[in-house]
Amino acid sequence: MAVRLVTSRKTLAQALTPALRHCRGLTTFTLPDLPYDYGALEPAISGEIMRLHHQKHHQTYVTNYNKALEQLESAVSKGDVPAVVQLQSALKFNGGGHVNHSIFWQNLKPVNEGGGEPPHGALGWAIDTDFGSMETLVKKMNSEGAALQGSGWVWLALDKEQKVLKIETTLNQDPLVTKGANLVPLLGIDVWEHAYYLQYKNVRPDYLTNIWKVINWKYASEVFDKESA
Amino acid sequence: MGSQLVMAPNWCGCGVLSSNSRKMSTNDFKLSSSPFKFSKPYPRSAYRVTAYYGLTTPPYELDALEPYMSKRTVEVHWGQAHNEHVEKLNKILKSSTFYGHTLEEMVKVTYNNGNPLVEFNDASSLWSHDFFWESMQPKGGSIPQGGVLTQIEKDFESFTNFKDEFVNAALSIFGSGWVWLYLKRNEKKLAVAKTQNAVSPLVWGDIPIIGLDMWEHAYYLDYKDDRLAYVNNFLDHLVSWHSVMVRMMRAEAFVNLGEPNIPEA
Repeated sequence: MAVRLVTSRKTLAQALTPALRHCRGLTTFTLPDLPYDYGALEPAISGEIMRLHHQKHHQTYVTNYNKALEQLESAVSKGDVPAVVQLQSALKFNGGGHVNHSIFWQNLKPVNEGGGEPPHGALGWAIDTDFGSMETLVKKMNSEGAALQGSGWVWLALDKEQKVLKIETTLNQDPLVTKGANLVPLLGIDVWEHAYYLQYKNVRPDYLTNIWKVINWKYASEVFDKESA
Repeated sequence: MGSQLVMAPNWCGCGVLSSNSRKMSTNDFKLSSSPFKFSKPYPRSAYRVTAYYGLTTPPYELDALEPYMSKRTVEVHWGQAHNEHVEKLNKILKSSTFYGHTLEEMVKVTYNNGNPLVEFNDASSLWSHDFFWESMQPKGGSIPQGGVLTQIEKDFESFTNFKDEFVNAALSIFGSGWVWLYLKRNEKKLAVAKTQNAVSPLVWGDIPIIGLDMWEHAYYLDYKDDRLAYVNNFLDHLVSWHSVMVRMMRAEAFVNLGEPNIPEA
C-alpha cells in the first residue's frame, strides 16, 4: 500500500519505460566518441571537417535513427503495415549512416599513432594475392571512389564465403551488407562531399590520394584476422 | 532554354540566339603549330574551332549573390564543378552517337527510362546547372506577382504552402539531389518534386520552372550542414521570379493553362 502512495502512476510509468523498452530489445543509440582529437588527422583531413562530420552529420544520423526506431516500434505495435514499410528508407538511410560512420572513425588514425602504416601479416599477403600490390589496390579504390556519382562510400571488403578481398561501392548511406550478406567491411572511405569539400573543394581525387596517409590498417588487419579465422 | 532569350550576355558569336546551349568557348580557338612566324595576326585558317558545348556564364557577377551565396562558392561551383561537366561531356561526345543533339534532347534520350547512358550524368548536370544559375538573381526572392502568383496560389492553395512544400522536399532528400518547382503537362498544374543525383523533370517530360541544387557542394562552404538556412535564403533572397515568369510564358506555348480573363465590355 505504501508503495502505491509514494510512487504516482506517472513516475512509475517513467521508471518502467526504459526497462520495458529494454525488455522489448529497443535500445537508443548514441554518438560514439572519436578515438583521437579533431585536429589529429591534419593535414590529410582538416579539424574543421572532422568536427562537423562527427558532431553534426553523424549525430544527425544517430538522432534520426532513434526517431525512426521509435516510430517503427509504434507502427509495429499498432500493426500498421504501410507505416512499417514506409519507415524502411529512413531506417536504411539513418541506420546506415550511423553504422558506416562508426566504422569510418575506426578506419582513421593519426600519423603519429600508426596511421598510414601498411598492413603486415595476413592482410598484407591477401592484398598482394588479390590485387597484386598495395599500389594497385589504392589506385583501384581511388578510381572507384572518384567515379562514384553523387554521394556514397567506397569499401575494401572481405568476402567471408569466397575468402577473397573485394572493392565495392555503395550509394548514399547504404551499408556494405546491401551489396552482399557475406561482405565484411575492412575499410570504408566516405566520398560524400561533406567529407572533403571544405578542404579539397570539388577535387575528390586529391582527398582520396591524401586519406591513405591516415588509414588505420591495424584495425583492418584485426577485422580481417577475426573474420577469416 | 527559354531563359536564354532574356539573358543578354549569353549568345553565341554567330549572331543568332539559339535555343540550345551550344557555344564557342574561347579556349576552343587553338592555334595550329606553324613553322612560320606571322608578323600580322594569325590567318583564319590557323584557328581550329570546335563547336560542342561551352560554359555559359551566370547572368550576374560572381559576387552578386552575396551574402546569401558567396563569391567563393560561385567561383568553385560554377568555375570548377560546372565547368568540369562541360569538359567531360565534350570529351564523351567526341565518340558518342549523341553528337549533334540539343542539350535538352540529350538529357531526355540518355536518361533511357531510368537506365542512364554514360552521357546522362554530365549532360543533365550541365543543363541543370545552367538552369540553376538562371533561377537566381541578385536581390531576388520575396514574392512573385501577377500571373505567377495567381498560378501558385491556384496549385498550392497559398504561397506559404508552396514554400513549405519546397523546403520540406529539399530537406528530405537522401544523399545528393535537386528540388524543383515544375509544370506538369498532363495535369496542367505546378508541383514540387525532389530528384536524386542529376535527374531533372526533363527526364519524365515535364517543364522545370525553378531548380535548386541540393548537392552539398552547393551550400557547404557557406552554410556547412545547415540546409534549412540555405533553402530559406534561396527562397527569400535569391530566386528569380523574373526567370520564373519568362519560363511560365514559354511553357504556356506547350501547356494550356486556361483562357485569359477577358474583361466584360
